[in-house]
Amino acid sequence: MNFINSDKIRKDFPILHRQVNGKPLVYFDNGATSQKTQQVIDVINRYYQHENSNIHRGIHTLSQEATDAYEKARTTVQQFINAQHSHEIIFTSGTTGSINLVASSFGKKHLQAGDEIIISTMEHHSNIVPWQLICEEKEAILKVIPINDKGELRIDEFKKLLSNKTKLVSITHVSNTLGTINPVKEIIKIVRHHTPPSGEKEGEGAFILIDGAQAVPHTKVDVQALDCDFYAFSGHKMFGPTGVGILYGKEAILNELPPYQGGGDMIKTVTFEKTTYNELPHKFEAGTPNIVGGLGLAAAIDYMNNIGIANIEAYEHELLSYATEKIKQIEGVRIIGEAANKASVLSFLVDGTHPSDIGMIIDKLGIAIRTGHHCTEPLMNRFDIPGTARASFAFYNTFEEIDIFINAVKRAVKMLK
Amino acid sequence: MTIKETQQEIIEEFALFDEWMDKYEHIIELGKDLPLIDEQYKTDENLIKGCQSKVWLHAELKDGKIIFTADSDAIITKGIVGLVINVFSNHTPQEIIDADLFFIDQIGLQEHLSPTRSNGLLSMLKQIRMYAVVFGSQLTS
Repeated sequence: MNFINSDKIRKDFPILHRQVNGKPLVYFDNGATSQKTQQVIDVINRYYQHENSNIHRGIHTLSQEATDAYEKARTTVQQFINAQHSHEIIFTSGTTGSINLVASSFGKKHLQAGDEIIISTMEHHSNIVPWQLICEEKEAILKVIPINDKGELRIDEFKKLLSNKTKLVSITHVSNTLGTINPVKEIIKIVRHHTPPSGEKEGEGAFILIDGAQAVPHTKVDVQALDCDFYAFSGHKMFGPTGVGILYGKEAILNELPPYQGGGDMIKTVTFEKTTYNELPHKFEAGTPNIVGGLGLAAAIDYMNNIGIANIEAYEHELLSYATEKIKQIEGVRIIGEAANKASVLSFLVDGTHPSDIGMIIDKLGIAIRTGHHCTEPLMNRFDIPGTARASFAFYNTFEEIDIFINAVKRAVKMLK
Repeated sequence: MTIKETQQEIIEEFALFDEWMDKYEHIIELGKDLPLIDEQYKTDENLIKGCQSKVWLHAELKDGKIIFTADSDAIITKGIVGLVINVFSNHTPQEIIDADLFFIDQIGLQEHLSPTRSNGLLSMLKQIRMYAVVFGSQLTS
């Protein structure tokens, strides 16, 4: 049963009605960024037209209103991912900002020479490079979980990597390149309870960060049920504005960490001798934040809640299955990422063609996909490929659009071969 | 033929195509037809790495003129690279330094030179100029 009325939904996204190169836009680059609903655009416009004021600082009415709206947005996010407290929700610039915050503050507090951090082969560069930077600084070691040919994590190998030196495990919830939905709940349980053959309780005490940038737009996330320590995601991939993101962290853990950046709003008192820091969440929110970004993100969450995350997930699953089945009928197609559990991402190659050529040709037919390494170069090396062509879907996409896309790919392949 | 004349010839050739697809088809054919570089020169040293595709560029000085050869792993890029090489190769360093590159704009391929395309073409053009400057200074010294 399909609960998504895509005709009605598409009316809410103005950009979906424009033309590109004289053709109706088919937007299949949702993994890079999603489009915005009129509701989100209205919130942004209204804010600058009627509400603009700095938060947490003024006694005047506008400032009070802006502060209330911003803090209400925080509560919206809290409820969306079922965090226990609203002060466990830190507004950041995006997933990259969130991960860098943890790498820096966690690294300062908990990392020593010889300690180990575990990531996986399928991580986005933003869940690799921040750890490389802090590992270099602290002389810690970065370990990498391998994957199988279908693009699934090797859980058996992961268990072998865990040791009493493991201080943090940082894994993506959904791969931006492969679409693999990782069994994060199982991974977290393994980290919490893993007991190696020696009987020693190794791995216990390791912290867990989940990169949820590609998960939150497509599937229900409950940080308490997951029991992760940190969860990071971006506003712009979930129909909200760019430049805003979230870091969720457990209260007790965030309280222990030193601030990331210094500035206004994050302090309690400042003297030249000694500064004391503000409480959560403000301790991690130095300077004037992206206020309108926070409000826009909350509007996007309201919109998603109205449709229902379960409906979104079910509908996108149908889109992905349909597209996968159709593209397999093109001769010479190789799908990169064939995990049993996938979300909304179809990465592929066609024998004898380069992905960027396919991307350029179908762009002229109005179709937006992403080609290249998708900021996952180590993953491309694992598969020994230069990159992929990637179609990534959202709930406003339709089966008709998939037909247009498949025909365009066929045409491109015919030209290129 | 001068650099300017070669470019004018390309512009005339592309004037035949109204449709984007025809243009691309022509570029793809150029890409397929041209053996652009000797395999021994497809080295990391000659590699210009873009986010999207790779371009190899090799240059040597012969009788006071620079001979460029190049290749790309993506066929549309390779076709455009072929056009660029055709324009600049077999000219003196000074001719290359003085040259205006206008054909890419005129045939409507300027988007391929945008930094966001990251296909190595823009870097290749910079590299061509650099070779001209370096070989030019070798000739005068």
